[in-house]
Amino acid sequence: MAVNLEDKSKMVVTEGSYAVAHAAKVCRPNVISAYPITPQTHIVENLSKFMADGEIPNCEYINVESEFSAISALVGASAAGARTYSATTSQGLELMHEVLFNAAGMRLPIVMTIANRAVSAPINIWNDQQDSISQRDTGWLQLYAEDLQESADMLPQLYKIAEDKEVLLPGMACMDGFILSHVYEPLVLLEQDLTDEFLPAYEPEYVLDPKNPMSFGAFAAPDTYEEFRYLQEQAMQNALPKIEAVAKEFGEIFGRFHGGLIDEYRTEDAEVIIMAMGSILGTIKDVVDEYRARGEKIGVLKVRAFRPFPKEQIRKAIKDAAVVAVLDKNISIGTNEGALFTETKACMYNARCDIPIIGYTIGHGGRDIRLETIAKIIEEAKEVASSGINTESQFVEVREELL
Amino acid sequence: MSKPTPKTYLSPGHRGCAGCCDALAAKFMLMGAGPDCIVVNPTGCLEVMTTPFPESAWEVPWIHSLFENGPAVASGIEAALKALGRKGNTKVIGVGGDGSTMDIGIRSLSGAFERGHDLTYVCIDNEAYMNTGVQRSSGTPFDASTTTSPAGKVSFGNPRPKKNMPAIMAAHGAPYVATTSIGYPRDMIRKVKKATETEGPTYIHAHAPCPTGWGFDGSKTIEMAKLAVQTCLWPMYEMENGEITQVKKVKNPMPVEEYLKAQKRFKHLFTMEGGDEEIKKIQALADWNIEYFGLQ
Ligand SMILES: Cc1ncc(C[n+]2csc(CCOP(=O)(O)OP(=O)(O)O)c2C)c(N)n1
Ligand code: SF4
Ligand SMILES: [Mg+2]
Repeated sequence: MAVNLEDKSKMVVTEGSYAVAHAAKVCRPNVISAYPITPQTHIVENLSKFMADGEIPNCEYINVESEFSAISALVGASAAGARTYSATTSQGLELMHEVLFNAAGMRLPIVMTIANRAVSAPINIWNDQQDSISQRDTGWLQLYAEDLQESADMLPQLYKIAEDKEVLLPGMACMDGFILSHVYEPLVLLEQDLTDEFLPAYEPEYVLDPKNPMSFGAFAAPDTYEEFRYLQEQAMQNALPKIEAVAKEFGEIFGRFHGGLIDEYRTEDAEVIIMAMGSILGTIKDVVDEYRARGEKIGVLKVRAFRPFPKEQIRKAIKDAAVVAVLDKNISIGTNEGALFTETKACMYNARCDIPIIGYTIGHGGRDIRLETIAKIIEEAKEVASSGINTESQFVEVREELL
Repeated sequence: MSKPTPKTYLSPGHRGCAGCCDALAAKFMLMGAGPDCIVVNPTGCLEVMTTPFPESAWEVPWIHSLFENGPAVASGIEAALKALGRKGNTKVIGVGGDGSTMDIGIRSLSGAFERGHDLTYVCIDNEAYMNTGVQRSSGTPFDASTTTSPAGKVSFGNPRPKKNMPAIMAAHGAPYVATTSIGYPRDMIRKVKKATETEGPTYIHAHAPCPTGWGFDGSKTIEMAKLAVQTCLWPMYEMENGEITQVKKVKNPMPVEEYLKAQKRFKHLFTMEGGDEEIKKIQALADWNIEYFGLQ
């Protein structure tokens, strides 16, 4: 992250959830729906306090009776022309599943923060990214934040991308639960004036309005359904350059850049590249710095956009490496692979580039990820570079005594 | 001299069955609501038959999201209109089937009413899941044969009476709850109008006989609806703030057989051994209505 020197004077020490709630506030939402679930709850609590203090103009805050209604209310609100926000995680996000497809299919630019958490059973409130990864096919944009500042900065960026007329898709701003949502760090709270300059008011072309009646969510038979799906895919593809452009523009106005679709860290001449999403990148970078200090050519590829999936950018970033290790805080049970690993492999297959790629599924249910573990993965990757793949994808550090 | 008929905002070119109850209900609903409304319509016959893309029979703004979230979507619309300063007199109306309203969507409906949104919800009760082929819902009456509660050698059909949905909605503290029937268009139009003009969450439960699902000729929809009221199996009343304030009297209630024998879904009661006893149980339900609501 390129930090503007001026920023230091503006920094305050605050909780991640507060910074995110504040960011949602300065985006001037019109309808917020809220339902408690750890570790997301502090976000909607902070927003309710802003409401109680009259700090969010032209906004209604709905205490819904379930996450199913949280997202459903936003479908209605967005179709009526409102800028909408909610936050959820894990069981709440899974409960929304059916509505997520619906919001995307109706092309409603709803924005939600996901404080990533493991899914039940066993019930577990700690961080991994299984919840949002499991929603990857619902047609939502998905960005993953590396740190607190990015979790907040992502919101105005995501509104701008989602509301773009060539995109019009809902988006999830994913931040690791607890690790980012509950940690206090110095950061800059988004300024209202700069946010207004960056993010124009939402002016939808089609709204529910008795003065100009339109039908939303009609029934599509086989002769038209496929085109709706095709257009959603087109919209996702349109979002690729927008995500890059919006991140750049954000940097120009706010002086902070967290990457566009991806962000490369010391990859210039890297022989080993470690890929991941979210807060784990901080740990990886620390380890890689040590390797670099010893003169070893190790780099890190941050994947910031998981939907749309930045195939081109990933190909370009890793094609010259000798080996790539992909770390996933999720797994598709039955493949023994995490989603980023599977998709990275898939996008390299027809690229006439035959570098070995290995996968690690790691940090399930909040299992601590230690520096030594990352170092061990790097060592194994180096092995693969010289002697080929032994194990394509694996769990890291399973406690044998519990099995 | 009869009063002029109010204009409706549902075009005739929909794809419902001949004599479709849902189409009549929607038409009367819009006659009562007028053009300044936004309609939320969960999945069901009405939604499917009125909006085959790229066509739409709706001349008012209309949205379909899913089967079980209509009231939540309506909540969001109402909140958005308020936040954007566009609420004015615009009415937000949810309209769904018995399955959508009484079964799968009841959480959403309960939430919307408890929160006190300014909206009207209309349940078109055709007493089964019609769009998927006449399966039993909690609105299906006692002893009706449906495709998931068929009458058979050891069964008289649906073993439970209808859920008392209006009472549930009144218990939410709704300022206005009313039952009506498509057999009495003026009654329905008046009640919808009153519901939409009442501030807060209001509920209309409209009885709507489905020729296809119940097994009668499509020319008899209105007649069947009237029979339900005249046999006192469908009481029509209004509740304001939880109190019954008006009841449609039935001077000379007809025996329930008149209603039952006209529909295929009750045919087994007239052919199976023990059917007489079952009909007596149904008559007892009607008698209870007469007594409880003071219908006579
Ligand atoms: C979650 C979900 N479950 C099931 C369905 C299938 N489904 C669609 S319409 C319908 C029946 C609708 O019944 P009702 O609400 O009574 O309306 P009607 O068609 O009878 O007017 C069902 C079961 C669905 N669309 N969504
Ligand atoms: S099945 Fe019943 S409700 Fe459905 S379209 Fe036919 S008549 Fe109407
Ligand atoms: Mg029905």
